[in-house]
Amino acid sequence: MVVKIKVKNVSFSYGSIKALENVSFEIENEFVGIIGPNGSGKTTLLNCMAGFLKSDGCILINGKDINKLDRKKVAREIGIVPQIPNISFPLTVFDIVLMGRNPHKKMLEFMNEKDIKIANDAMEAVGIEHLADRTITELSGGELQKVIIARALAQQPNILLLDEPTAHLDIHHQIEILSLIKSLIGKGITAIAVLHDLNLASCFCDKIILLNKGKIFAIGNVKEVITPDNIYTVYGIRVDILQHPKSKKPVIIFPE
Amino acid sequence: MFDHRKRLIKWITIIFSLLVLLIFSIFMSLMIGVMGPIGKGVPDKEKIGMEEIFQILIGKGSYPSTHKSIILDIRLPRILLAGIIGAALATAGCAMQGIFRNPMASPYILGISSGAAFGAALAIVIGLNIFGLNSVQILAFSFALLDIFIVYNIAKYKGAVPTENLLLAGIAVGYFFSALVSFIKYIAGEELRTIVFWLMGGLWNASWEKVYMTFPLAVLGIFILFLFSRELNIMLTGEISAMSVGINVEQTKKIILIFSTLITAISVSVAGIIGFVGLIIPHIMRLLVGSDHRILIPSSCLMGATFLILTDALARSIIQPSEIPVGIITSLFGVPFFIYLLRRKKTVRWW
Repeated sequence: MVVKIKVKNVSFSYGSIKALENVSFEIENEFVGIIGPNGSGKTTLLNCMAGFLKSDGCILINGKDINKLDRKKVAREIGIVPQIPNISFPLTVFDIVLMGRNPHKKMLEFMNEKDIKIANDAMEAVGIEHLADRTITELSGGELQKVIIARALAQQPNILLLDEPTAHLDIHHQIEILSLIKSLIGKGITAIAVLHDLNLASCFCDKIILLNKGKIFAIGNVKEVITPDNIYTVYGIRVDILQHPKSKKPVIIFPE
Repeated sequence: MFDHRKRLIKWITIIFSLLVLLIFSIFMSLMIGVMGPIGKGVPDKEKIGMEEIFQILIGKGSYPSTHKSIILDIRLPRILLAGIIGAALATAGCAMQGIFRNPMASPYILGISSGAAFGAALAIVIGLNIFGLNSVQILAFSFALLDIFIVYNIAKYKGAVPTENLLLAGIAVGYFFSALVSFIKYIAGEELRTIVFWLMGGLWNASWEKVYMTFPLAVLGIFILFLFSRELNIMLTGEISAMSVGINVEQTKKIILIFSTLITAISVSVAGIIGFVGLIIPHIMRLLVGSDHRILIPSSCLMGATFLILTDALARSIIQPSEIPVGIITSLFGVPFFIYLLRRKKTVRWW
């Protein structure tokens, strides 16, 4: 199933501070990276798309305005992976992943065999089935991130929104998580991730949205967006850009 | 693969054991009192016998009618009331700690106790009598609800009720009512003693009437909070995370708050401010059975009932024929047990 996401004239302010101004774009079935300096509105944009923040303008998923859907319906369309929450109580990994089935349940309806199977499949998809009966307080950062992704997958969403999924992870886990997300694109999922590391974004994303001061500064494929001029204008630093010998994608290196 | 059957069997075993413990505590408590069998107020031959209690309960055999009324009209309603109130406070504590994600949360965290205390003190001082009903109870209940109404509306911001706002508003309003209570105590004169006793919390006023009044609301509230176990579990992962999986956070918070408040208010209005149970029983059960509300709520509920029944039995038997407020006993005996558990399980991160 092809999912079309249309973001039209989305603006959002925190009081008198404009965080997003007239942001519009369209995406379908691809891995989109949102980049930009701190305070450029990346997380705000993600939160508007998740429906956590009520923005002006509209966000349509296959023609349905998510600001008009209730949370359960949104959660059936969109799986959200927030920045690793500080969870310090000993629920089991399995129970956390099973929470992803909540949007498919009526109030007070019990989880059944099918839900348990979907949760198990989700754990298998991210490679954490061996952690099922561990408590989440015992996990490392990388493992915890995978649990939260598995929970989002158990929602069986068409869209995944990820807020800095690689923050606090070592390079092994960064690559592992992003490869995992990329592999989901082939299964019909559209993924939108806020990323800080431009080289990782370049390596994995199909499309990049570069935000600056709440506006889209550039949008397009990796080569179009990640250019020395764009980086200088938005981040204020001069960088050199090389070409990856195999993938031909841009690789940023910093000057001496 | 996660083994469900194993966990289900474990949970059923826990509930069954707690039920056995509860029934045992009810029988233990029935036997304690000045008239015996456990207790030393009267000569042995005037005491109520063990078999006699069972005969009275099933309504067969021969026994003096005074014995029957001691067991059925004095001890039994008091035990049942202690059980309901213990269960209600422990369940409300569980739910409050869950939605606030705060181990300091108790049923009284939003100032319900201070509101109720003001209502009770007011009723005691002016001694008014509404519709021939117990005005202390009615005013305590009303002011407890009024407290929450004020707190909730102060905390409301743009249609949402952030938990930090609730906590702060609860503390503020609680202090305000406490100040009013202090003022009433100051001018109370000879009613001061009654007010102080009420504030300590106790079950010496128990009657069947109170059991009937408390039971339906408490059972309903506990049951509804239990039905929200899954939501409470999800809320533990944070509000953003809960919204991500389709929880209507504000509505859920409101429902949980309403029912925790109701069962707390009804408990406080009949028994005064009994501390410790609502704060520590959920913690003790969390240490023993884990953080999952599907088992935590029913086991806290049963343990709360058992705990208050046993401590009340102690409260009325330690210095026979007189008794001490149960609130003193709950803390004196509960705290060392809690500290023991805390030390023993120190390595487990439980919050």
